[in-house]
Amino acid sequence: MDGLLVLIPVALFLGALGLGAFLWSLRSGQFEDLDGAAHRILTDEDEGPLPDRKPSGKK
Amino acid sequence: MTCCAPGVEAAADMASEDAGADDDLLRAASRNLGDGKFQLELAVPDVHCATCITGIEGALGTLGMVDNARVNLSTKRVRITYHSEDGTHPAQLLDTLKRAGHRAFLLDNAFDDRSDETMRQLLRALAVSGFAAGNIMLFSVSIWSGADEVTRTLFHWISALIAIPAVGYAGRPFFTSAIGALRTRHLNMDVPIALAVTLALILSVFETAIGGQDAYFDASVSLLFFLLIGRTLDHMMRERARGAVKNLSRLSPRNAVRHMPDGTRQVIPISEIAPGMLIVVAAGERLPVDGLVVSGNSELDCSLVTGESAPELARHGTEFLAGTLNLSGAITIEATHPADESFLARMISLMEAAEGARAGYRRIADRAADIYAPAVHILALVTLIGWIVLSGDWHVSVLNAMAVLIITCPCALALAVPMVHMVASGRLFENGIMVKDSAALERLAAVTHVVFDKTGTLTEGRPRVQRQIFGDPELASRAAALAQLSAHPFSRALVSAFAAESLTVSETREVPGSGLEAVIDGEVWRLGRADWCHADKNNVSGSSQVWLSRGDKAVAAFALADQPRGDAATTIAELGHLGVGVTLLSGDQRGAVDELAARLGISAAESNLKPQDKMDGIRALQAAGHKVLMVGDGINDAPALRLADVSLAPSSAADVGRSAADFVFVRDNLSAVTFAISMARRADRAVKQNFGLAVLYNAVAVPLAVAGFVTPLIAALAMSSSSILVTLNALRLRLGRNTPAGAVEHARVHEPHYVPEPAE
Repeated sequence: MDGLLVLIPVALFLGALGLGAFLWSLRSGQFEDLDGAAHRILTDEDEGPLPDRKPSGKK
Repeated sequence: MTCCAPGVEAAADMASEDAGADDDLLRAASRNLGDGKFQLELAVPDVHCATCITGIEGALGTLGMVDNARVNLSTKRVRITYHSEDGTHPAQLLDTLKRAGHRAFLLDNAFDDRSDETMRQLLRALAVSGFAAGNIMLFSVSIWSGADEVTRTLFHWISALIAIPAVGYAGRPFFTSAIGALRTRHLNMDVPIALAVTLALILSVFETAIGGQDAYFDASVSLLFFLLIGRTLDHMMRERARGAVKNLSRLSPRNAVRHMPDGTRQVIPISEIAPGMLIVVAAGERLPVDGLVVSGNSELDCSLVTGESAPELARHGTEFLAGTLNLSGAITIEATHPADESFLARMISLMEAAEGARAGYRRIADRAADIYAPAVHILALVTLIGWIVLSGDWHVSVLNAMAVLIITCPCALALAVPMVHMVASGRLFENGIMVKDSAALERLAAVTHVVFDKTGTLTEGRPRVQRQIFGDPELASRAAALAQLSAHPFSRALVSAFAAESLTVSETREVPGSGLEAVIDGEVWRLGRADWCHADKNNVSGSSQVWLSRGDKAVAAFALADQPRGDAATTIAELGHLGVGVTLLSGDQRGAVDELAARLGISAAESNLKPQDKMDGIRALQAAGHKVLMVGDGINDAPALRLADVSLAPSSAADVGRSAADFVFVRDNLSAVTFAISMARRADRAVKQNFGLAVLYNAVAVPLAVAGFVTPLIAALAMSSSSILVTLNALRLRLGRNTPAGAVEHARVHEPHYVPEPAE
C-alpha cells in the first residue's frame, strides 16, 4: 500500500511528461510535414531546427 | 534514371501561366512579418522526393533576398521568408524555381490558417484524451481485479481528478457541435455522445462521493479517445485532398493591357474594362473579357470555353468569349461586355443558381442520427421510469438508465461513417482522385447515369498526330525538327510524334496564324497552314492539318486530331458492366462528336450544346429518376457540374470547373471514373455493414443494460470491441486493386520537356 503512494504519482508524472513532450513537438511544428521528414533523412547536410514560428503564434 | 534533372521540366507553357505574376502580385500575396521581412507560400505541385526538396531549398538559398526557404512535402508547398527593400524583385523567386526545373504557382489565401488550427486542436484533444484514458484504465483494471474499499475509493478519486479536466478539454469538439445542433432544433450524432459522456462523468463523481462500487470514468474518457481518433483521421484526409486541389488553382490574371486611343498601352484592372475598350492579348494568355478581334493574326483555342477541339482562326470581327486561349500571336480585341457580364461571370451566376440536387441531400449519418438519437433517449427514460415503478429505488434506477445511455452511446455508429470515408478517400487519393467533400462519396455510390463532356474529358484536350497524309515519310523528322522551334500545340504534337533530325537552321520566323518559316541549306522551308504552304486545294480536307513545304512546293502533310484518352473505350465498357448509363453532351461540332461516340460505343450523344442545353440534358435525366454523375472540364461545363448529383473534373479543367466539381482526378486516365464509382459503392456497402454491426451490438447489449446487468467492465469491453470491429471492417476497403497508373504518374513528372532554344 505504501508503494502505491510513490508509484501512482510517478506513473502519472511520466505520463504527463509524455503528453507534454507531444504537445511541445506539435507546437514547434514537427507534425506539419510527416512525408517531408521521411525524405529529409536522405539528404547529406545537417539541418538546424525549424525556423521560429512566431508569426502564426502571435495572433 | 536521374531524379528531377534540373532545367528540363520548365515546360514552354510556363510563360502563359505566370504572366500575371509580377513583383506587385507577389508582394500582395506575401505576409508582412515586419522589419522589412515578408513570408510567401507557393505551390510546387511536382515535388516528390528528397532531391526535389534540396533542389528547391538550395536554389532559393542562393538568392540574397531569401532568409529561409522550407519545402513541405505533404502539402507540396514551399514557404519562403525574404526581405524586400526597393530594388529587390520578388518575381526572382518564381524565376529561380523555374530555372531549377520546378513549376511554382501563387496560392489564393495561402495563409488561411483556420483548418490548420482545427487540426492542431483535434490533435491536442486526442493527446489529452489518450493520456487520460490510459491512466484511468490502469486504475480501472486494478479495481476490476478486486481492489478493496479504501483503495477503490482512492482510485476513483484519482480517476475523477484526471477525467474531469480531460473531458472538459478533449470533449469540446463534440460539445460545441451538439450545442450547435440543439440551437437549430436538430439532433445529430454528437448530441447523444455529449450527453452520455457528461452524464457518465456526473454519475461517476456522485458514486465516488458516496463511496459506491461503480464508476464509469474509463468508459467516458476512452469513448472520447476513440471518437477523436476517427474525427482526426477524417479531418486529416479531407485537408490533404483540399490542399492538393488548392495547389492546382492558378491565380487568374487581374490586370489587362489596354490599348489607349493615343497609341500608348496601360495596365488596368480587369474590373475596369468597359465595352468599347481595346485590349491587347499576348500569345499564351486567355481573353479577360468577351470581345471582337480588331487586329492581329492568331489562332484561338476555345476548347475550355465551348468544347470545340480545333483551334479557330482569329479574323477581324469574329467574337470570342472570355477564357479563350490565344495560341500564336498578339491580338487586339474590342471588349463587348464589361468583366462582370462576361461569359465567365454568366457561367458563375448560372452555377450558383444550379444547386438543385445537392441542397436537399442529407448525409446518411444524419439520417441515422434522426432515428437513433430519439430512440436512445426514450429507451433510457423508459428504463428509469420502469425501475422506479418496479423497485422504487431511485439510486438503482438512475444507475441503470445511465448504463443504457452509456452502452447505447453511438461509439460504433459515430465511427461507422467517418472511418469508412477516411479509408475510401485515402484509397482514392493514392489513385490520384481528390475527394473534396465526403458527402459526395455517398452521392457517388447512388449514381445510375454518367454524363461526359467531350473535349478534354473523354479526349486528351490536345491535338495528336494521327498519320501522315501526304509526302515522303522521311520528311517527318524534318517537320519535327522545325516544329521544335515553336510552342504551338500542333508543333508540340509533331515533336512528340516523330524523332527530330538535327539541323542547322537560320532566319527562322514564326508567322502568327500561319506557321513557321526557316532557311535550311539555302532553301526556304515552311511548316504551317495548308494555303500558306502552297498546298494543292484538292488535297485539303476538313480535319486539322499541318503542311510542310520546300521552296514553293508542298512536300508533306500530317493530319492531327484530339485523340480520346487511352482507356476511354474500356472505361465506357466498364461503366456498362457497373450498370451505369452513359451520355455524351458536347459543345463541339456534330461530326467530331458522332465519330468519337461511335468509336467509344456511346449510343446517346448530343453535339453543338450551349451550357444551358447541357443543364437541360441533366435535368431531363434527373426527371427520369436518374442520379447523374457529370464528368467535365470546361468553363461551359461548370453549371452542369454543379447541377448534377455529383461531379468529377480532370485537373486540367478550368478553375471554375474544378471548383464546381466534387472530385478532381489528376492522372491522365479515365479509369478514375470507374474506380471512383466502385470505391464509392464499396464504401456505401461498408457503411451499411457497420450500421448493421452497431445495431446487432445494441440488440445484445441494450437488454442487458435495461435489465441492470451492465457493470463498468462490461460497458468498457462492449464499447471498445464494437469500435474495433467497425474500424476493421472499414479497413477492408484497403484491399483490392489500384488503378494501373502509379508508374504513369511518376513518369509524367519526370518526362523531359523540350525547352526551345532562342531563335538565332
